[in-house]
Amino acid sequence: MNRRMILHMVGQIVMLEAVLLMLPLTVSLIYGEKCVISLAVTAILAVTVGLVMTLISRPGYRTIYAKEGFVIVALAWLLMSAIGALPFVISGEIPSFIDAFFETVSGFTTTGASILTDIESMSRGLLFWRSFTHWIGGMGVLVLIMAILPADSGRSIHIMRAEVPGPSVGKLVPKIRSTAKILYMIYIALTGLEIVFLLCGGMPLFDSVVHAFGTAGTGGFGIKSDSIAGYSPYLQWVITVFMLLFGLNFNVYFLIVIGRFRTAIKSSEMWCMLGIFAASATTIAVNIYPLCQNVEKAIRLSAFQVSSILTTTGYATADFDLWPDLSKTILFVLMFIGGCAGSTAGGLKVSRIILLFKLMRRNLHNMLHPRSVGIVRFDGKRIDDKTLDNVSAYFALYVGCFVAAILLISFEPFGFESNVSAVAACINNVGPGFAAVGPTACYAGYSWFSKLILSMAMLIGRLEIYPIILALMPSTWIKK
Amino acid sequence: MKIIVAGCGKIGTTIISQLAAEGHDVVALDHNPSVLAEITNIYDVMGLCGNCTNVEILEEAGAESARLFVAATGSDELNMLACFLARRMGAHHSIARIRNPEYNERGLRFVREQLNLSMSINPDMLAAQELFNILKLPSAVKIERFSGRNFEMIEMMLKPNSILNGMTVIEMRNKYKGKYLICVVQRGDDVYIPDGNFILHSGDRIGLTASSAEIQRLLRSLGVMQKQARSVMILGGSRTAVYLARLLINIGVSVKIIEQDAAVCRDLSETLPKAVIVNGDGAQQELLLEEGLRSTDAFISLTGMDEENILISIFAASQNVPTVISKVNRDELASMAGRLGIDCIVSPRKIVSDVLVRYARALQNSVGSNIETLYNLMDGKAEALEFNVKTESPLLGVPLKALSLKQNVLIAGIIRERKTIIPDGDDVIQLGDRVVVLSTNQHFQDFTDIIK
Repeated sequence: MNRRMILHMVGQIVMLEAVLLMLPLTVSLIYGEKCVISLAVTAILAVTVGLVMTLISRPGYRTIYAKEGFVIVALAWLLMSAIGALPFVISGEIPSFIDAFFETVSGFTTTGASILTDIESMSRGLLFWRSFTHWIGGMGVLVLIMAILPADSGRSIHIMRAEVPGPSVGKLVPKIRSTAKILYMIYIALTGLEIVFLLCGGMPLFDSVVHAFGTAGTGGFGIKSDSIAGYSPYLQWVITVFMLLFGLNFNVYFLIVIGRFRTAIKSSEMWCMLGIFAASATTIAVNIYPLCQNVEKAIRLSAFQVSSILTTTGYATADFDLWPDLSKTILFVLMFIGGCAGSTAGGLKVSRIILLFKLMRRNLHNMLHPRSVGIVRFDGKRIDDKTLDNVSAYFALYVGCFVAAILLISFEPFGFESNVSAVAACINNVGPGFAAVGPTACYAGYSWFSKLILSMAMLIGRLEIYPIILALMPSTWIKK
Repeated sequence: MKIIVAGCGKIGTTIISQLAAEGHDVVALDHNPSVLAEITNIYDVMGLCGNCTNVEILEEAGAESARLFVAATGSDELNMLACFLARRMGAHHSIARIRNPEYNERGLRFVREQLNLSMSINPDMLAAQELFNILKLPSAVKIERFSGRNFEMIEMMLKPNSILNGMTVIEMRNKYKGKYLICVVQRGDDVYIPDGNFILHSGDRIGLTASSAEIQRLLRSLGVMQKQARSVMILGGSRTAVYLARLLINIGVSVKIIEQDAAVCRDLSETLPKAVIVNGDGAQQELLLEEGLRSTDAFISLTGMDEENILISIFAASQNVPTVISKVNRDELASMAGRLGIDCIVSPRKIVSDVLVRYARALQNSVGSNIETLYNLMDGKAEALEFNVKTESPLLGVPLKALSLKQNVLIAGIIRERKTIIPDGDDVIQLGDRVVVLSTNQHFQDFTDIIK
């Protein structure tokens, strides 16, 4: 294993984080807040750590393989979260490091689960940083690194594969660097568009930017304790639509940009996700109509919540914990489906669900007709058995991690519903769960141990399990 | 520059790796997903699985906007059809690998014109030509001709008893006066651009630039001049062997081909009436000796197996055959064979990809970069770039010794109005010159990149 190269790459990422910290620093300077010092100290620390790491590593050979790719991604995300938590601790706004770490992991992994009981008292600089982590984590830091720095070797596809969600990573254009650039360009353009739409609806600039970041990364950090509920119906609709847009595969946008509409609208994953959205939103709207007594409101609340949970964003316009059980159950199931592969959303991803169902159907058919030969098609293409194997293995691992995390935090006194929904909300990068961790409550009550477990669950969910598990396995590190 | 490569076999993969290293946008087409998975893992290219003559697949690969389409599948017909389709769809240039000797006869030109092919590549023919060049000047292991016939770079090995052993470059220049330049030295796996105090060792592979006449003179005075081979023994009756035999027979060299398969032997003796065809297993040392291995001028191992070629060549070298050449396709084996004492290795794959990369460079040149042509030296560890100085720059008119060049960069030659100048410190570069610059893999794009 090329340890020097791992150290080198992680060092570069830490330095990049220092650069990214300049943005919240500027914001807090503009508002003249005290937290500017904590941000500056963190940035200086990050530069120092990053410089030391890149300087002492001096990799002789720069080739990395799949293994290194996984380890780089896992370590980078852990270290980035640890450093990103410092401004909260140093400024004293979140005194406990574990709490700040939970908050930052929740930010970078675009979960949006918070331990803050009183969001409105936070300084704007730190609120900005909190939401900005969503934006960074949504598309991924390593993808950003690849877009900025020249590729060391062709093998950097391993890094991209480890960070970009979805069962298989396709490049948009031949070069990985151009692919990363295009992805970020689409990302920036869509975010900008949302900010404009929000501003048009009369939302203040700071709020617009922060909410656009939260939507873009499908994160869900807000700046109000009632999330989006206090904003006008127009703004809620804008956010509903943009959450869905960010939950779609970015390849679709690329195809539209280069003018291949026909290929773009053929994406079965997109239609499947929109279908799930429409069906769930209608059911819930009917289900909650008695509570609202207003057709527009019922549709708006239900569409917003379904869009928010399906794309694993986690914004709320109503306390859905008070909704009927049918609606809550649907939302719980939606958490696991998540958005499309190649989007910023979490969860299992729609394409995996489709493949699992097709695989299931094929195997059932095989039971009845043992000699029949069936292949699985997706978007008109045959899916090879290896991909199918990977998908089913991934599903098994996913369930395994889910169950393990529930067991580990089951000693908490908040009841079964809270614990299960907390793990589901974290591992799927949604944010709010039900009962004690519902949209109006927060994770502050959990013990430090559970917070660490939930942080790991968030990382496992965002990085799609393998990087974290592989980085924790001793055999990855032992020289043999 | 966008390039589509269809077919990811041995040659296809080499082409892809070279073009990707050059920084082109490469799309690799193949029908085998596992081959593509491997390629996209290693190189920064996009893989597309499907039939390269399927219009939908070509559309998806973006054939309409490609500057170059290369078809290198195993089938000539497929290559021709794919190139034809790609051109019709809008690809600017197309290159097809056409290997079957039947297609390479007189009809080739017609086919090329009708299909709008920019170039057709016959790897066997290219390899045969390379072998032929080496046999004509057997002291060298590789000969590269720069613009104008009169300026060459030869690569040669310093034999264990070489008189240059332990000599510095300056001492050598004082002893053997003349207009030549030692540009590059390969020792083991490292490649150096030597300065005056560099000490030469036996076993080094050195690259010399000079005019053709000068090279002959220098080799003679160094005592390493070997006469052109008069008799050549070829192992393996491949297509390359047939092309090479034809070229050799044309200039009156006697050729003996050893081939295992009796049926192939009969075909060979039909196509090459003047050559001696021997049916037998070339791996048997007894057979080689009986057929006069010790008295032959050159031994060329062209079987399909790299390992067999290397081992038999080692045996031939131990029998004091003056020139031993071995065909080795795989890079990693080639460098190992060098360490085992086989000086001269020819890799058809490499030759083909060199030709292609040179073509791509020329295409790019018409788009922006100033590089006229590119030559890979020392198994690709160093490269010679030929720049055409078209625009004013601060480098012009300055004596070379006053220029602060980047490390491991050397100006190996200046071609001015058909005259070749092997430069020393007082020479200057003028507008309109062609300049040959040597470097160890730094991928310059423009002439001005060579100074600090």
